[in-house]
Amino acid sequence: MAKVEGYIEIDAERCKGCGLCINACPVNVIEFSEDFNSKGYHPARYKGEGCIACGFCYLSCPDVCITVFRGARKKSPVNV
Amino acid sequence: MEVRVAFSGPKSLSGKEFTYCPGCHHGIIHRLVAEVIDELGIQEKTIMVAPVGCSVFAYEFFDVDGTVAPHGRALAVATGMKRALPDRVVFTYQGDGDLAAIGTAETVHAANRGEKLTTIFVNNAVYGMTGGQMAPTTLLGQKTTTTPYGRRAENDGYPIHMSEILSTMRGVAYLERVTVSTPQDIRNAKKAIKKAFLAQIKNIGFGLVEVLSTCPTNWGMTPVEAQQWLLENMTKEFPPKLFIDRVGD
Repeated sequence: MAKVEGYIEIDAERCKGCGLCINACPVNVIEFSEDFNSKGYHPARYKGEGCIACGFCYLSCPDVCITVFRGARKKSPVNV
Repeated sequence: MEVRVAFSGPKSLSGKEFTYCPGCHHGIIHRLVAEVIDELGIQEKTIMVAPVGCSVFAYEFFDVDGTVAPHGRALAVATGMKRALPDRVVFTYQGDGDLAAIGTAETVHAANRGEKLTTIFVNNAVYGMTGGQMAPTTLLGQKTTTTPYGRRAENDGYPIHMSEILSTMRGVAYLERVTVSTPQDIRNAKKAIKKAFLAQIKNIGFGLVEVLSTCPTNWGMTPVEAQQWLLENMTKEFPPKLFIDRVGD
């Protein structure tokens, strides 16, 4: 099976830094940001590569902050 | 390869930021319910009844009609709504303090009457909104602000098993206990919630899903530790199980 490539976008302002997405990610490509958001949390941040678009972070996120895209991040995303 | 959105938030959520603590499972359960409403295409005819508890503002977060019932009376209010408007899909979203303590009578009788309603029962073994007091579902030995040395059976009684009680009711069409602690569990929970809605839509009877949830703030743990604690302790007292399924495939 060809390797699935994807990426995620995290709404850093909405994130409360609970870490459940980081815990759920099977390929370990999410980390806490060093920056604060306006609520004072360290939001989760995509490391930039390695996402397999499995959606575990989306499923685990209690604040609906994460959008998962399948495909390489070159073109602008198309909603389906 | 064309880039496409694989996972994004459901449209039955209003988009307002949840007011729950970081890592609270309410948010996951809200999203699952909204996804099910989207998939069944019932957003326009769904009415929700929010409880008293942490999720008292749940009607703000869902983009469906809704109201709040007095503490514990969500199923009584929902019964009235469903009987007045039988073509609508009415669901209640209740915690364990609401459904299993002050609302026991309303819950048991709504289930026994076989009301065509759906209930999402969020069991986190503690009173969340009021500051972590012992709930009827608190585990033996579990420390809360009102049981600082742990819950003792001789003084505080035993954890109440609502799903086991309701499983004896003939009016119940769908009843399952699930967790949302791992991605696989979350997928299973969504299937269960969908079936509980179908029990109502197909006019079979009462549907209830008990979702075991964490309360990191009142349990005094990080969200990840709380998930682990739930899987190690709560699922022993409240094992995830399908009790009744009269919905079919």
